[in-house]
Amino acid sequence: MTQPLLDVRNVSKAFGGVIANRNISLKVNRGQIVGLIGPNGSGKTTLFNSIVGYHPIDDGEIWFKGEEISRYRVGRIARLGLLRTFQQTRIYGRMTCMENMLISLPERESSFFGLLKSRHSAGIQRAKDLLEFVGLYSKRYHYAGDLSFGQQKLLEFAMALINEPEMLLLDEPTAGINPTLINGLIDRLKRANEELGITLLVIEHNMRVIMNLAEHIYCLAHGEMLAEGSPEEIRNDQRVIDAYLGAH
Amino acid sequence: MNRRLANVIAIVALGVIGILGPWLFPAHLSQFSKLWLFIVLALTWDLLGGQTGYNSFGNVVFFGIGMYAAAVTQVGLYYPVAAYTAAKGGGTEFVFDAAQFYTGLALGLPVGGLLAALAAAALGMVILGMRGHYFAIATLGLAIAAGELAAGWEYIGAGSGMVTPTPPDTIDTTLLFYYLSFALAAVTFGFLAWLYSTRFGLAINAIRDDEDKAEAMGHHTTRNKVVTWTISAFFLGVAGGIFGNLSKFIDPIDVAFNGAEVGVWMILMAILGGKGTLWGPVIGAAVFYVTKELFWTYLLGWQRVALGALIVIIVVFFPQGIVGWLKERWPERFGPSREEMEAADAKGGA
Repeated sequence: MTQPLLDVRNVSKAFGGVIANRNISLKVNRGQIVGLIGPNGSGKTTLFNSIVGYHPIDDGEIWFKGEEISRYRVGRIARLGLLRTFQQTRIYGRMTCMENMLISLPERESSFFGLLKSRHSAGIQRAKDLLEFVGLYSKRYHYAGDLSFGQQKLLEFAMALINEPEMLLLDEPTAGINPTLINGLIDRLKRANEELGITLLVIEHNMRVIMNLAEHIYCLAHGEMLAEGSPEEIRNDQRVIDAYLGAH
Repeated sequence: MNRRLANVIAIVALGVIGILGPWLFPAHLSQFSKLWLFIVLALTWDLLGGQTGYNSFGNVVFFGIGMYAAAVTQVGLYYPVAAYTAAKGGGTEFVFDAAQFYTGLALGLPVGGLLAALAAAALGMVILGMRGHYFAIATLGLAIAAGELAAGWEYIGAGSGMVTPTPPDTIDTTLLFYYLSFALAAVTFGFLAWLYSTRFGLAINAIRDDEDKAEAMGHHTTRNKVVTWTISAFFLGVAGGIFGNLSKFIDPIDVAFNGAEVGVWMILMAILGGKGTLWGPVIGAAVFYVTKELFWTYLLGWQRVALGALIVIIVVFFPQGIVGWLKERWPERFGPSREEMEAADAKGGA
C-alpha cells in the first residue's frame, strides 16, 4: 500500500487544562473524501488547526506527502498544497469576487517579483470558470462582503479550488447554506474530488451530507477518536449514536 | 463620462497646474512646495495604513531619517559634519558653490530615501509580525524615541539642530525645491498607481481584509507588509530630504520627528480623503493643507482649536473620507467601473 497523503499520528493538543485532542491518529489517502464528525466541542476544529499549523501541537506527528509538517507555519503548509476553509467563512470583504479569486491563485512557484505583474495577467478565465462552477458568475464584480453568508461560503470554496491544492480541509461546508443549495454543493464537492483530483477531509454536522459524501468517516468525542469506518459502520455504531445523543 | 478619461483629465490638469505653478501662484510657491510634499506624506501613509490596513503612527520617523541623512550627505561630501554642526552651520568657512550644492542634493536625497527604507525594513521585520492594534501602539513610541535620540546626538547637532547647506545666491532655491517637490509627488503617485494595479496591490488588500485568510492561502504576509513599509519609507525619506532643505533648519523635535504635528497630519489627510484609495490621499492632503493654512492665517490664536474641531468632524462625519463617501453615495460613478471590469475581462478573457 502506498503512503497516505495525510498522516496524523498520535496528536495531542491541550489549552491549559482543557485537553482538546488526545492521541488522535487518522490517515487520508490521495483521492479520497474522508469525513470527520463529532458532537460540538469534540475537538474537530482544533485538529484542523493543528494540521494546518495554526498552533503548535503538544505531542505526535503530522505528515503530508511524506514530509513531516508538525512544526511548519500556516503559510508554508498552504504552499505545500494543504489548504483549509474556515467554519466562520473568511473572504476578502472589500474586494470584488474576481479580485478574491485572482489573489487566491497559487503562490507556490511564484517569487516576489511574480507579484509585480498586472493583476489581470493570469487566471481570469480560470477564475470565471470556477465562479460559474459555484454559481457566482453573475456576482463576479460585487464586493465579496456584500454577498450572503451562503454565497460567501461558495466563494471561499471557489477560492480554495483556484489555489489548486492537493488536499482541502473543509470546516462545515454546508453550515448556513440554504437546504436547496446543499445538494448542489455536495455535487460540487464530489466533482472537485473527481475532476480536479483534490483530496478532501470534511468536518460536517449534517449526517445526510457526510454519509452521502465521504467514503470513510472518523468520529471524535471529548477530544478522543471514538470510531472510524465506512458510513454504514459509523451509522450503526452504538458508541457514535450514544455520543451524539449524550448517553455518556 | 468615461472613468478612464476622467482620470486622465485629472492627472493632466494636476500636471499642468504643477508645471505652471511658478507662473500661477508666484507668491505662494513655498506653500505649494509643502503641499506637494504633504501629498507624498498622505500617499505613503495610505500605502500601509489604508491599502494594507496597518495604521502606523510612526511614519514620521522615516521622514526625519531622510531629512537628516540627506543633510549629512550634502555636508559630508565637502566638510567634516561634526565641525559643521558644531559651528551651528554658520560661519564663513562652510561655503557651497553651485556644483557642490547640486551634487550634494542629487546624492543626498536618494541616500535619505535609502536609509529610511533600510530603517523601515529593519523595524518592519521586528514589529510587523504584530497584528493591527499592537502594531499601531508599537509605532506610537517610535517618533518620540527617534526625536529624543536625534536631540542627543552631537554629530548631527543634537538639540540645537542642523542647518542645511546654504546655496550660493545664484540658485533660486524656491523654484528648485518647488519643482523637486512636485516631481516627487508625481513620481510617488505614478509608482503607487502602478503598484496598486499589480498582484501585489491585491495581496496587500487581502492582508487588510483578512490577514489570517491570506496566510492560510499561502501568502507571505509578513514579507509583503515589510516590503510595503519599505517602499513607503523610501518616498517619505526623499520627501524628508526636500523638506529639510526647504525649511533650511532641521530641529530634531519640531521639524524632523514631529510626531504630534506632521506625524498626525499625514494620517488625517489620508483619512479625510479616503483610506485605501489612490486619489483619496491626494484630495485629502489638498483639502487639509489649504484649510490648515487658512486657519493659521485667519484664526491665529485659535488655529489649533479649529484644527482639532476639524479632526473631530472628519472622524465623526466622514469616517470613510471624501472619496469613500463619494463611492458610497454614487457607486455607479465612483465604484468599480463597468469599463474597468470589461477591460479586465477582455484582456484575460480570450
